[in-house]
Amino acid sequence: MSFFLEVLIGGLLSGVMYSLVALGFVLIYKASGVLNFAQGGMVFFAALTYVGLLEFDLSPWLAIPITLVVMVILGLLTERIVLRPLVNQPQITLFMATIGLAFFVEGLAQMMWGANVRALDLGLQDEPIAWVSDHLNMMISKFDLTAAGVAALLVTGLALFFSRTRIGRALRAVADDHQAALAVGIPLQQIWGIVWGVAGFLALVAGLLWGARNGVQFALTFVALKALPVLILGGFESVPGAIVGGLIIGATEKLAEVYFGPLVGGGIEGWFPYMLALVFLLVRPEGIFGEKIIRRI
Amino acid sequence: MTGPARGGGEVILQLERISLAFGGVKALTDISFDVREHEIRAIIGPNGAGKSSMLNVINGVYRPQEGTITFRGQVRRDMDSHEVAKNGIARTFQNIALFRGMSVLDNIMTGRNLKMKAGIFEQAIWFGRAKREELANRLKVEEVIDFLEIQHIRKTPVGRLPYGLQKRVELARALAAEPTLLLLDEPMAGMNVEEKQDMCRFILDVNEQYGTTIVLIEHDMGVVMDISDRVVVLDYGKKIGDGTPDEVRADKAVIAAYLGVAH
Amino acid sequence: MIYREAGQFKTSYEADAAIFPIRQDRIGIAVILVLAYLVMPFVATPYIFTAILTPFLILSLAAIGLNILTGYCGQLSLGTAAFMAIGAFASYNFMLRVPGMPILVAFALSGGISALVGMVFGLPSLRIRGFYLAVTTLAAQFFIVWCLAKIGWFSNYSSSGVITAQEVTILGYEFVSPESRYLLVLVIVSLLALAAKNLVRSNTGRSWMAVRDMDVAAEVIGIRLMPAKLTAFAISSFYCGVAGALYAYLYLGTVEPEAYNLDLSFRILFMIIIGGVGSILGSFLGSAFITLLPVFLSLVVAFLETTVHLPLSKAITSNLELMAFGALIIFFLIVEPHGLARLWQIAKEKLRLWPFPY
Repeated sequence: MSFFLEVLIGGLLSGVMYSLVALGFVLIYKASGVLNFAQGGMVFFAALTYVGLLEFDLSPWLAIPITLVVMVILGLLTERIVLRPLVNQPQITLFMATIGLAFFVEGLAQMMWGANVRALDLGLQDEPIAWVSDHLNMMISKFDLTAAGVAALLVTGLALFFSRTRIGRALRAVADDHQAALAVGIPLQQIWGIVWGVAGFLALVAGLLWGARNGVQFALTFVALKALPVLILGGFESVPGAIVGGLIIGATEKLAEVYFGPLVGGGIEGWFPYMLALVFLLVRPEGIFGEKIIRRI
Repeated sequence: MTGPARGGGEVILQLERISLAFGGVKALTDISFDVREHEIRAIIGPNGAGKSSMLNVINGVYRPQEGTITFRGQVRRDMDSHEVAKNGIARTFQNIALFRGMSVLDNIMTGRNLKMKAGIFEQAIWFGRAKREELANRLKVEEVIDFLEIQHIRKTPVGRLPYGLQKRVELARALAAEPTLLLLDEPMAGMNVEEKQDMCRFILDVNEQYGTTIVLIEHDMGVVMDISDRVVVLDYGKKIGDGTPDEVRADKAVIAAYLGVAH
Repeated sequence: MIYREAGQFKTSYEADAAIFPIRQDRIGIAVILVLAYLVMPFVATPYIFTAILTPFLILSLAAIGLNILTGYCGQLSLGTAAFMAIGAFASYNFMLRVPGMPILVAFALSGGISALVGMVFGLPSLRIRGFYLAVTTLAAQFFIVWCLAKIGWFSNYSSSGVITAQEVTILGYEFVSPESRYLLVLVIVSLLALAAKNLVRSNTGRSWMAVRDMDVAAEVIGIRLMPAKLTAFAISSFYCGVAGALYAYLYLGTVEPEAYNLDLSFRILFMIIIGGVGSILGSFLGSAFITLLPVFLSLVVAFLETTVHLPLSKAITSNLELMAFGALIIFFLIVEPHGLARLWQIAKEKLRLWPFPY
């Protein structure tokens, strides 16, 4: 039983980290109706830039703000160069454009910093918490717990930001209806700028956490691919959906890998979240928190 | 073609006590009326009265929660729009619903999809039945093109056409199916007087030459009173009037709905 | 003045419905066919056959497959390579387990298997649309490749699922030399491209496009969404499956499931975006473009190395390639969403009027 709990908790903790990546998607989707496939590329870009800066003997306290500035600039440029010319195009066109963006950003990152795998040390050890393993006989990683804590903090902060601040309200208005938001005097460009900036920030945090855990390498972009089934479960525009979806994917993925994986030869975490999302879609196409859409003609 | 005298035919479509709701919102409440063979039947009413919902019920896009629909003697329940099309009902839409990526000709050809039976393999090799069907149906489509006088834009992508012509192409696509019953949702909305006159002529010609029964929604009262045989009036999802144009014009409830007179 | 159809009157609807109703187009296509069938085999070097022409043709076929689904039926798929993998592994097993199986029959059957699996993964399209569907096709991509790698039976229990394609022999002739392989691919691809063109200009193709452009209206005129979408999935997967088999048998020779990864799927998607969504010609143009771009880039890099003595590594070339792909996709989506095929069409329209401006 305690083994089951251990797996479950480990899964939920990494689930929070999925939520963090998914949140970057949700943010941009809400504000500009784009499913930003390049979010994974941005996570990779952020982690690589940070590690690259450290290699120039910069202190982390300097490297983090610089990376943040770079990410915000990248976000703003994306908004300006890629998305603005494509306003009012079908969503699927925008989606394909962000696939192109992902390739570009990934190529650029490796061009600037090289493609070799690097370690990223945040000063947190990936070791079991002694108290928990002594008293509850479970292995819960200190790193996972801290990372999940940071992620949870960010998620809560963003949720509050959306619901309580003026910018948050303006953002929801923009998400609802661009034209109407413009009509009541909400500065659309400014809002989109903020959103892409925040998305860059989220990419940085996710990049640091995932990079510290798995090493900074091209495979980081696949972490973002994992966020897609999270979004399908939670719905593309729901912050709580991203959180719950992340937890579900994290937990089921780990449980499936541990209990079901050995029966079929392992390595199932590569596809399990997608199949789960696919089956789920067949039952409930609008996601957990999404509203049923009545299509009018 | 000579159908029965206009307006005097058998009842071809009978709607009985139709109610339709979306969630808690009632779009149609307890509506009954009939359509006779070969007549032009208009549905009028203020915005939001449920006119388009009514058409959507008739051709199976929406399923009413209550009520029965009898078409050509057959009672139908829960029929999807594909089967409705098979039974000979075609329609046009309020907001033009053409296939924007296709040429005028291809759009109209889709109207004949139910007449083509060749298998996918025959189509892939463009041989035998597939080729014969394609050419035979093209002939029919060309008749419709001639009828609606759109020969000059045959190969143009529909997205490039002006609004009035798009409306005409949509009518052509519906006519290509050789329907028994044709549903027109505001065929003249947004047109200028000349375009409206053309469209009226086409509608009357279709009705006369092919004997097609027509149900139409229209806001222009002048047009409705001129070309329709009988008129149904809806308001807030309820039927408030039904009869010949003259009868409807004199109806107190109808006047109240349109002019807002206190009851 | 050269490209003008004045004076060419069609006297029957049959002539008007032909694939190339204009005489100049017929001449153009004849020239291309002569070049491909009669000139190339004598002038091209083995390098050009194996590194450029053969992969170009095979990937064109896969691009046609994806274009049928995405360009004509409007269902975005990110799992193209997985269906190619099915074709390759199905062919391998047909050849391995059925004694005396003719190779062409094996290719066709493996296309059929791919079509069946494609229909299964197409089922969600009946309930969901847009990029929800795109994400479910990722499920196909990862799941299928995983199955082929993990389930030993598919690769006859070789390690990590690597298969070595059997010899390609038709009527006793062994296709070993680069030009013979090229010609075989050319024949198969031209025939299948012709079939695809026929399909998209007949009732099936119109139904696909109707579903793509406005599904509700399509249903109202009697097109059933389920068969329309599922046939698109099936035909598309058939093309991808055959392309995958050719990729293994006449291009790579030895393949592992990972060769058909997400990257290949994206590459084929890029082909249709750059070449032209909803165009058979565009599939070829896009495939040529994406096949030639890396060659071109490496030439540029080599040139810079020798002339300016810039120390450019292999990694730089591959990163340049990624960036060039990405930038081109964005460029085309913004500037010409219908790709090279539309540019060609515009050029023809201009040519019709030349030398007059309109």
